[in-house]
Amino acid sequence: MKKRSFGLILYLIFAILPIYWMVNMSLKTNEEITGALSLWPQHLTFDNFRTILTDPAWYGGYINSLIYVLINTVLSVAVALPAAYAFSRYEFLGDKHLFFWLLTNRMSPPAVFLLPFFQLYSSINLFDTHIAVALAHMLFNVPLAVWILEGFMSGVPREIDETAYIDGYSFPRFFIRIFIPLISAGIGVTAFFCFMFSWVELLLARTLTSVEAKPIVAIMTRTVSAAGMDWGVLAAAGVLTIVPGALVIYFVRNYIAKGFAMGRV
Amino acid sequence: MASIELNGLGHRYPGSSDYALQPQTMRWEDGGAYALLGPSGCGKTTLLNIISGLLIPSEGRVLFDGRDVTTLPTEQRNIAQVFQFPVIYDTMTVFDNLAFPLRNRKLPESEVRSRVAEIAEILDLSSELKRRASGLSAEDKQRISLGRGLVRKDVAAVLFDEPLTVIDPHVKWLLRRQLKRIHHQLKLSLIYVTHDQIEALTFADQVVVMYQGQVVQMGTPQDLFEAPAHTFVGHFIGSPGMNLLPCELNGDSIRVGEQSLAIPPALAQQLAQVSGPLTLGVRPEFVRCAAEGELASLHARVLRLEDLGTSKLLTVQLGAHQLKVKLGEHAELPGEQVQLALQPERTMFYAAERRVA
Amino acid sequence: MKTYNNKAWLLVLPVVLCVAFSAIVPLMTVVNYSVQDILGPDQKVFVGTEWFKLVMRDPELHEALGRQILFSAAVLAIEIPLGILLALALPAQGWRSSLALVLLAMPLLIPQNVVGTIWQIYGRGDIGLAGAALNGLGLDYNYTGDSMDAWLTVLVMDIWHWTPLIALLAFAGLRAIPEAYYQAARIDGASRLAVFRFIQLPKLRGVLLIGLLLRFMDSFMIYTEPFVLTGGGPGNATTFLSQYLTQKAVGQFDLGPAAAFSLIYFLIILLACFVFYSLLQNAGPTEKAEH
Repeated sequence: MKKRSFGLILYLIFAILPIYWMVNMSLKTNEEITGALSLWPQHLTFDNFRTILTDPAWYGGYINSLIYVLINTVLSVAVALPAAYAFSRYEFLGDKHLFFWLLTNRMSPPAVFLLPFFQLYSSINLFDTHIAVALAHMLFNVPLAVWILEGFMSGVPREIDETAYIDGYSFPRFFIRIFIPLISAGIGVTAFFCFMFSWVELLLARTLTSVEAKPIVAIMTRTVSAAGMDWGVLAAAGVLTIVPGALVIYFVRNYIAKGFAMGRV
Repeated sequence: MASIELNGLGHRYPGSSDYALQPQTMRWEDGGAYALLGPSGCGKTTLLNIISGLLIPSEGRVLFDGRDVTTLPTEQRNIAQVFQFPVIYDTMTVFDNLAFPLRNRKLPESEVRSRVAEIAEILDLSSELKRRASGLSAEDKQRISLGRGLVRKDVAAVLFDEPLTVIDPHVKWLLRRQLKRIHHQLKLSLIYVTHDQIEALTFADQVVVMYQGQVVQMGTPQDLFEAPAHTFVGHFIGSPGMNLLPCELNGDSIRVGEQSLAIPPALAQQLAQVSGPLTLGVRPEFVRCAAEGELASLHARVLRLEDLGTSKLLTVQLGAHQLKVKLGEHAELPGEQVQLALQPERTMFYAAERRVA
Repeated sequence: MKTYNNKAWLLVLPVVLCVAFSAIVPLMTVVNYSVQDILGPDQKVFVGTEWFKLVMRDPELHEALGRQILFSAAVLAIEIPLGILLALALPAQGWRSSLALVLLAMPLLIPQNVVGTIWQIYGRGDIGLAGAALNGLGLDYNYTGDSMDAWLTVLVMDIWHWTPLIALLAFAGLRAIPEAYYQAARIDGASRLAVFRFIQLPKLRGVLLIGLLLRFMDSFMIYTEPFVLTGGGPGNATTFLSQYLTQKAVGQFDLGPAAAFSLIYFLIILLACFVFYSLLQNAGPTEKAEH
């Protein structure tokens, strides 16, 4: 028992140190960063954060990122819910193939696919909109959402559906009133994964936006290359990208701790 | 095989000030078939887990054949336990499942094989031995769980925690009969936890009734039916349960509401010793319609008569209380009013829920 | 038992439409590129399988593929066992569990290029803690100069970033195992190792399949993190498939071969995923067998 906790603590230190180092840097001036190495800020400064939080070009990026991530999460879960129900309750023509096809959409290497994506979204006038990024991210989030939700739904006994139909519930009413509350933990976990994969993605988000919907991740790469290495601001921007994620984990931790098994297809 | 003694055994879960199991002392004989009966949350599973060693009690001792095993870990106790949901090792065959407890104890493979064959024969699993256990039906899986308990030669007792919950009703009785047969064949001590009285009464020689963390009566099914030691036993067992009427001792008779019922002087003397309010208990089966003017009878107003097929159930109003009476299949009622006679030797008296006479 | 009902397609339809919208047109476009020589906006020549042949003969591609396979194999071989160990070590409940979960999951929610940036700084000998510490210990560590150091840094970075995913999935899988299984195992006298081998591992099959596939796909397509960290160097030491492909497509403007390369790349991932998927599906009990 002791040995296991020791190993865990060791790993957690390994996990946290790089993040700590970035936080540490974000609170230093550039002179201090490039000067002698210090484990904590000798001249504590919030200037780096102030730069970001007062410049619309910076903080607008966070807002853009949050908008498309949230749209993506809501849409992914919304379309995945009925599909996952279908996979968990019915057999139908081509179900196995369909499921694997969905999964293959996570597998297209981005580099060359970026150009057709750009062309596609430009041709329907969605280029540089939040919805474009949200839709593009659905490509890899929806298959995963279907998979996770299906696992949770399979754990709900079919008798519940049958009883509800006998009691005269229509399918939509049953689904929204009875079924969705039963798998709320699954929805929480799915939303977490959708949020995560959409939040961290860079290539598609950068390709499909230019000004209006430009995400923070893209702003970071461009600003840095243009202005040389402003380490302090870069670190502060990085620290701020972790904050929404940390909040999300905090809210779903109990759903994860409740457990899920995923005995799919 | 062993007798099991519980010595002042009680348990409080950490962080709780209430007893999940009230401290108590009792003895379970070697080779008996016991049923542990009670409603959900009465402490049955806690007691079972303490016997099997999955839980260490907060006070008291557990003795197997006089040997203190209170803090002995499960695997050294020679106890087998079958759970509510079948527990099988998915990736193994039926044979490997049954052999698992023996192989863990490093028995020679030849002995493993002969033991497994023997148990599979008893449980009708011989033809399934090579199959993967995960592909079987719920009752076969439960048979495997049972088999893993029986396969060990040294088991002192087999504990069942509501093992038939997930089994289809039409195979329940088959499995139960198989269990009884195994009990006779192997002379094992069995402890069977259930909240279903029919299951308990048909399975066990001795039924242990639990209520609010306490064993309120241990006895044969007949004892529980004819002489419940606690109002809970009277009320929980039987369908419908015992009629319970508040009453008062008044010299040589009992007052029930406005009416008076004569009782033998010896009983009256006995009841006079008791302090606190009295309750009269009588099962619907031991009440009959009396002739007009018969002595020691109570007057009541008919509320309804239900036909239960092989019997009829009469509900009457007696003062402020309702009373159930079981009548024969062809019983007819004289009218709106009836006289009821209670079978004296089956009429019980309770004070503070415990039987006093 | 599932019922056979083709009306279920109606429920799947929104997903199919959403995904098809973003999937089919780009895929067809790439297929289109791969069989043509694009000389200008309106000048295209059909070349058949010419680009495929060219790409298959490219020795640099073979090297990049080799590096990629080695990298993905190392990622899976380390992250999956490590993730399972972490999940086993995590406290089951209480504030310790919450705290450990939140700390553990933190790297998961950091954008890819920020991950690259963090490690770029962290590993530097002058301003980074890890780089300075390693140099302080007398090791000649320099990820921008030494191929081996660069490759290992990318690997450690990936482990740091993604092991928590496996750990979270495995943790959730472990929490879903009913207590009765552990109790039965104790009664059966099973050792700790037997409990892991015969109860925990089989019950984790579902979540580990997801974890394995996700890690395989994502590590096989890794691009941003090593690009930010090392830019593919020194030399070609950390130029993995995606980056080589980008060099082809963007750097050298060879759209045709790059598209052919993309499709081959895609098929390799598809094939590998299909093999993993089928193996793991058949490794354990399936729903089908029960009926």
